[in-house]
Amino acid sequence: MGNKQTIFTDEQLDAYQVRHLQLHGRYHELAPHLVPMDYTKDPDCKLPLALIVNMPELKENPFRNRIVESFSEDGMGNLSFNEFVDMFSVLSEMAPRELKAIYAFKIYDFNVDNYLCKEDLEKTLNKLTKEELTPEEVELVCQKAIEEADLDGDNKLSFADFENMITRAPDFLR
Amino acid sequence: MPRDSLITSESDIDVGLELAGDEDEFSSHPEEHERERHRGKRREGDREKKKRGHGKRRKASRSREREEEVQARPDKRERERRRRAKSDRETGGRQRDEEGKAKIKSGKVAKTKKNITNEKTKKQEEEEESEDRNAKGKKKHGSAKKEEKQEDGGRHREKEKTKEVKKKKHKKVVETSSEQETSEQEDNGEEDNEEKEVRPESLTPEELERLKEAVDDRKKLIQVLRGKPWPMKKKLVTLRESQQFVEKYEGALGKGKGRKLYVYKVMMTKKWMKFQRDFENFRTACIPWEMKIKEIESHFGSSVASYFIFLRWMYGINMILFGLTFGLVMVPEALMGRPYGSIPRKTVPRAEEASAMDFAVLWDFGGYAQYSVLFYGYYNNQRAIGWLKFRMPLSYFLVGVGTVAYSYMVVIRTMARNANESGVGDDNSFNFSWKVFTSWDYLIGNPETADNKFASITTSFKEAILEEQESCKDDNIHLTRFLRVLANFLVLCCLAGSGYLIYFVVRRSQKFALDGLENHTWWERNEVNMVMSLLGMFCPMLFDVISALENYHPRVALQWQLGRIFALFLGNLYTFIIALMDEINLKREEENIVKFNITTWEASFYNGTVSENSTGLPFTVQPADVPRGPCWETMVGQEFVRLIISDTMTTYITLLIGDFLRAVFVRFLNHCWCWDLEAGFPSYSEFDVSGNVLGLIFNQGMIWMGAFYAPCLPALNVLRLHVSMYLQCWAVMCCNVPQERVFKASGSNNFYMAMLLVILFLSTLPAIYTIVTIPPSFDCGPFSGKKRMFDVIQETLESDFPAWFSKVFSYASNPGLVLPFILLMILAIYYLQSTSKSYKEANVELKKKLQTQNEENKKKNKRAALKAQMDLEEARKAAEQQQNNKASLQDQEADVEENHGSSQSLSHGKNGRNPPPHVRDQELPATRAPVPRTYHHGNHGTPGHLPGFPRQSEHRMYRVPSLQRH
Repeated sequence: MGNKQTIFTDEQLDAYQVRHLQLHGRYHELAPHLVPMDYTKDPDCKLPLALIVNMPELKENPFRNRIVESFSEDGMGNLSFNEFVDMFSVLSEMAPRELKAIYAFKIYDFNVDNYLCKEDLEKTLNKLTKEELTPEEVELVCQKAIEEADLDGDNKLSFADFENMITRAPDFLR
Repeated sequence: MPRDSLITSESDIDVGLELAGDEDEFSSHPEEHERERHRGKRREGDREKKKRGHGKRRKASRSREREEEVQARPDKRERERRRRAKSDRETGGRQRDEEGKAKIKSGKVAKTKKNITNEKTKKQEEEEESEDRNAKGKKKHGSAKKEEKQEDGGRHREKEKTKEVKKKKHKKVVETSSEQETSEQEDNGEEDNEEKEVRPESLTPEELERLKEAVDDRKKLIQVLRGKPWPMKKKLVTLRESQQFVEKYEGALGKGKGRKLYVYKVMMTKKWMKFQRDFENFRTACIPWEMKIKEIESHFGSSVASYFIFLRWMYGINMILFGLTFGLVMVPEALMGRPYGSIPRKTVPRAEEASAMDFAVLWDFGGYAQYSVLFYGYYNNQRAIGWLKFRMPLSYFLVGVGTVAYSYMVVIRTMARNANESGVGDDNSFNFSWKVFTSWDYLIGNPETADNKFASITTSFKEAILEEQESCKDDNIHLTRFLRVLANFLVLCCLAGSGYLIYFVVRRSQKFALDGLENHTWWERNEVNMVMSLLGMFCPMLFDVISALENYHPRVALQWQLGRIFALFLGNLYTFIIALMDEINLKREEENIVKFNITTWEASFYNGTVSENSTGLPFTVQPADVPRGPCWETMVGQEFVRLIISDTMTTYITLLIGDFLRAVFVRFLNHCWCWDLEAGFPSYSEFDVSGNVLGLIFNQGMIWMGAFYAPCLPALNVLRLHVSMYLQCWAVMCCNVPQERVFKASGSNNFYMAMLLVILFLSTLPAIYTIVTIPPSFDCGPFSGKKRMFDVIQETLESDFPAWFSKVFSYASNPGLVLPFILLMILAIYYLQSTSKSYKEANVELKKKLQTQNEENKKKNKRAALKAQMDLEEARKAAEQQQNNKASLQDQEADVEENHGSSQSLSHGKNGRNPPPHVRDQELPATRAPVPRTYHHGNHGTPGHLPGFPRQSEHRMYRVPSLQRH
């Protein structure tokens, strides 16, 4: 997704045990009263979206809500610890391109219909520019973007289209 | 089951519904996975119980078995092998299966089906086995069964031991190991029920091979695991068991020394990876002014940032040039050469001594500054200096040549790289999509930066939109054409006028110079400089106004503007050089006179004895009193240094007055002024990219020209660029406004480079001309006493290299050899050029092909989509018809048909999207650890496919059979 993800703790599964503890620290920090320190018995607890989006890594991200939502199992943004770790591992610089593409697609798919349609693009655009573009401009950009990337001509981007486009992008994961 | 039937009944109606169903599945999939796992465990438990039950019977029959065991062993071995092979095959198939549908589908159906199939396969295998041993009695059959059980048990133990029950992907390895164990058990006697470590020594080579393969598989899995879009839980489990497996069996592979080496190697690769990552981070952190430039970019767009990036690049080059001259010329001379005051060329002459320390003189680089390492004249012509025997003159010459050569190399290499980048990447195919999806920098964690990023993204969108509109627009070609021609005509007039003005002024100044400068006013003395800077200031403005006529795209307009200013500056520079050449000739005439005077002076001093070396004076004469020549090299160096200084000053002062004071004035007087200053006339200034870039380029050209005669020039330039960086960054951020027409400047980078190359060439020309044709001064500089400066090479060859080398060199420099060599080079260049041309053509051709193919694909897909829609329509009609039929039938025989129909639909629901049962039976092994078997068409494993989002083509595939059934 982003370029070098140095802010995020990079999560190597090789060194998982160590990172695990760090991440757990972060997780615990978010809601000390909710998260138990003892994780040996796999307690079932979830953190709400509002807490997670306030993490410094996500705070300024225009897609913070979408990110958290797409990693949560229930789609509402409540993250269990495993999903939390999941999120960080995907956002880390170590994650491979394909994986990032998959989750990027989910993040940009605002209405969760497995396609990026015009609405999704409009929402993305407005989040990116803080709605500083005029509606005509937004319209033009969306139309152009779909025109460029849509290979099967259904006026929306499927994942195949998206992947085809995003893996060639110079800024994507570099 | 319920969902399955739901999907089959609805899939023929609407794709969207099916999709929704799939998605449901996706969202609930982890739970189901979990459930499945529990179920697996439970089943396992069942089996364990069963086994225990069998165990009693087994004990009873064990003794009998052992007797038979002896006879049956070879047979069993063979059977064992066959089974192993078969199970391997099965696992392979299963693995593939699993790859295809790593996701778990609704449980109940799968479970019931699985039970059924399990039973079936068990029976089948039993049958097979009985066939295998037709001749053997029933007892043997029983024992075989038992053995199977035991094997099962062994496997089970193994699994418990390594906790690898949950993953069936790695079943294969588990099995191999367990089988090994069983075989061992067979060999060692069957009652051995304890857990056993695998002993590598006891493994046969092929088993070892297999184990190795398994370990490699695991390792591969560990590596790619991170890339799997599975939820963390699944990853964790897989990882843990794979790691355990690898740890356990890795040791068995390498023995003794090899093992240690292996461990060492693994460790080193890990360390190396980490180091690489750290180094990468370090390198990015080391790029100077990155944050500053990013900040500017976010506010002013990429074109302004491109100027600063160019400035940074220049700074880097100048650092290297500075290092060369400083390290190889200035420092050696200062440390090892003769000290100040030892010889005439290193001493301030008596006449100037009084004012040598005055600031005005120093500022003009006269006085002590002139007689220092900063200028050519200070250097001695001693061949080797200091205890290092440093060859000073040679080093001086080589550094001069090296500076130019290095600059050429860098500029050309950068140009080539830029051309590559712009040539290879098909930049514009996904312009907007990339902007939409990849422009956010996920690293940003600082509110201010985030604001900047928002601003810059908005800017970049505006740039893109502008470009798009620009490409769409074509209005009244004739008018624009006419206007463009007119504009070019006007610009040409301007250039010609300024050229004539400079020529006129230079001629006048020559006349003044002949008269003697003292008789004229300040203006008359400085006319040339003033006119040049005034022209440099106002002509670009004029060009800017004219370019408004042309109505070009901003990027093209910028290039035109740059080209025009370039021509103007070039004219200025060359008039300057011509004036300088005149001065050099004057100095040389003066030098001849001085030379003559010196000889007469010396003759009088020595009473008629003529000394041929003016430096070898007796110590009775102070070096300051010795008459000396004008030293035109130092004069040229001084001229260039002065020019650089004045240029820098002009830049800074214009910056302060034109930008800063204007901004202050507009800002603070706005509310007590009669019109709106901010929106009206003066307003804030925009950053003038083209002017600044050209200033930089010409500045650099002067450095290249003058560096040979003033070694301090690169140092000065580094200083200047450093200050410029901070000052201009500050000025831009505090007193400029973003350009109204923002545009992307990446395309013009090579344009800058091309201009730099031209300037480099043009500035090396006069330098080389002076070096080659004009003899050096007789009493100053490292080449004094030689006929030409490049004689130093000859001298070195003769005295420092063996005789054969100089001979070879003289042969090599023979025109008979040089000319063919040049010819060869020209041929090579021609060949390379033509090949690159053909490559380029091929590239374009391929690109075109790709594009047409893409379009064709699009069309095809569209057609396919249309067709599918038609099919759907038809199918719906058919379904309606069928329903109608059904309804009419139902009218006739209601109750009978109802029962039948429901059972049919039930069976449909079961088999809905699965292959027919008998196909699976072949795949399913009889004895298999309880693993959740599921059939789902969403393929997790295939890279690049979204989990839970099945491809459309698959829908179609599955939809067709269900359609036909209805």
